[in-house]
Amino acid sequence: MNRTEPLVLGIETSCDETGIGIVRGRTLLSNTIASSMDEHARYGGVVPEVAARAHLEALQPSIEAALAEANVSLSDLDAVAVTSGPGLAGALMVGVGAAKALAVSLGKPLYAVNHLVGHIAADVLTDDGAAIEYPTVALLVSGGHTSLLLVRDLTTDVEMLGETMDDAAGEAFDKVARLLGLPYPGGPQIDRAAAEGDPNAIPFPRGLSRASDMATHRYDFSFSGLKTAVARWVEQRRDAGEDVPVGDVAASFREAVVDVLVTKALNACRDYDVPRLLLGGGVIANKRLRDVALERAAAAGVAVRIPPLSLCTDNGAMIAALASELIMSGRPASTLEFGADSTLPVTEIQVARA
Amino acid sequence: MFLAIDTSLGTAVAVVEDDGVIAAQATSSDPRGHAEVIGTLIQRALAEASVDASAIDAVAAGMGPGPFTGLRVGIAAARTFALGRGIPVIPVASHDAVALELLLFDALAGGFQDAPDEPFAVVTDARRREFAYTVYRGLDADGLPVRVAEPALTPRDDLDGILETGSILRRDAEAIPAGMLGLVAARAVAAGRSVASSDALYLRSPDVTMPHGPKKVTPAAAAGAGAADGGTR
Ligand SMILES: [Zn+2]
Repeated sequence: MNRTEPLVLGIETSCDETGIGIVRGRTLLSNTIASSMDEHARYGGVVPEVAARAHLEALQPSIEAALAEANVSLSDLDAVAVTSGPGLAGALMVGVGAAKALAVSLGKPLYAVNHLVGHIAADVLTDDGAAIEYPTVALLVSGGHTSLLLVRDLTTDVEMLGETMDDAAGEAFDKVARLLGLPYPGGPQIDRAAAEGDPNAIPFPRGLSRASDMATHRYDFSFSGLKTAVARWVEQRRDAGEDVPVGDVAASFREAVVDVLVTKALNACRDYDVPRLLLGGGVIANKRLRDVALERAAAAGVAVRIPPLSLCTDNGAMIAALASELIMSGRPASTLEFGADSTLPVTEIQVARA
Repeated sequence: MFLAIDTSLGTAVAVVEDDGVIAAQATSSDPRGHAEVIGTLIQRALAEASVDASAIDAVAAGMGPGPFTGLRVGIAAARTFALGRGIPVIPVASHDAVALELLLFDALAGGFQDAPDEPFAVVTDARRREFAYTVYRGLDADGLPVRVAEPALTPRDDLDGILETGSILRRDAEAIPAGMLGLVAARAVAAGRSVASSDALYLRSPDVTMPHGPKKVTPAAAAGAGAADGGTR
């Protein structure tokens, strides 16, 4: 196996994106994504069975499209990589089954890796070619997860500082959008509505930010109380026969989410004396989150890295990139003895190491 | 040579020669855990048949019916194995494998008598208090089981009534014999026929609950007088 610039195909099926990525070393050759998001829209959120069925149908055409785009053939590959977890179990299993059979068929090594660490690995594929500097704090925000990580080394040492205790931030956007009568997915809708609103109009609560919470949940997040507060505020207006100022509600809600995300991430940077913050996950598409993070990080002397959005949302390239890093650092492949692990801890960067 | 994969009940993999000889079978009866074992079972079947992946010319895929989560693992694996080798996938209705096994066994056990073929139903657990069943009668000229009725679901309590009405024998199956799945594929290919759709046989729509309006979070007493006129909902 080429361990200097391995050619790796990555398979990612942890949620509603079927992601096939191909990388050579740290160079991105293809980032092919088939999303079933439209199929979930009418249900107001990701339906696991719908997502899993869509993965099965999208896998083969996505692999073929990725190979064509990268202009390589399967026999050229040095390794196959797959997300073992965390994520939706039924969705993950499609990718795991596919990756194992592909690896056996090709006689190539298989690397089973952690989805969250994959989000961090996406950064090695950014065009500037600069390697990730360690340690770095990473804030991963999506519809499926909200995690604050301390990364001392991408391939050996990733620590979970905190995560959401209830809803993921992206889920909170979807739910609040729904109660404002806006369609799924909620993120872009809230953003559009918020453009005309005042972010300081309504003082929505910042979850797990009181002094008493900060002792035990300094880096954890909670968005379900915020969602309820927004619902209550909107209901009271409606019940009183008043108009709901959708722009102000959206802007104030978004501000509460962004504030707590950025505050806790920068707390971690300060507490661990780490002047670097990496952002990842689909919610990073939210411009307000990026702007506030950049502005407050600059004031705190923290350098922010944000991979291109196509590498922030769930994708197979990040899975291939993580495997590529593992290969370049000399790590052996995974055995075939692993499954989908919907709650895989972030400390398990690679599973079933031989 | 065929690689046959079925995960509609347990996980079953076989290597079957073009003339139908079963070279190897590797199975796990675990009704879950398909994703865990699929890779090692494929490897083991190939090893027991003393061939490597390059000896395989086609992959027979059990398309169900079966519980969704497991079923997909085998279909996904069959497709990517075939993709890796640049060979075709031959979709096979999983019950066909059971039917073929029963018919071949009956033919052996029954000697050379030319008894008329009785209709029978292959019955498997579909969970949620339902059975999946397919009705067959005999083998056709290509040696393939004749499906009298396509795979369907029925509440467990209704099955016997349905079968009695049609004088159909009930044959329950706990596992899908992958070797027979490969043999169905081999016979289908030899006859130049397609015997199943390339879509998974889910037989059920995904479970989804349509969202209602947001639930009220304000306690009724605290909602104030404005609630009396019905608000906006
Ligand atoms: Zn993700």
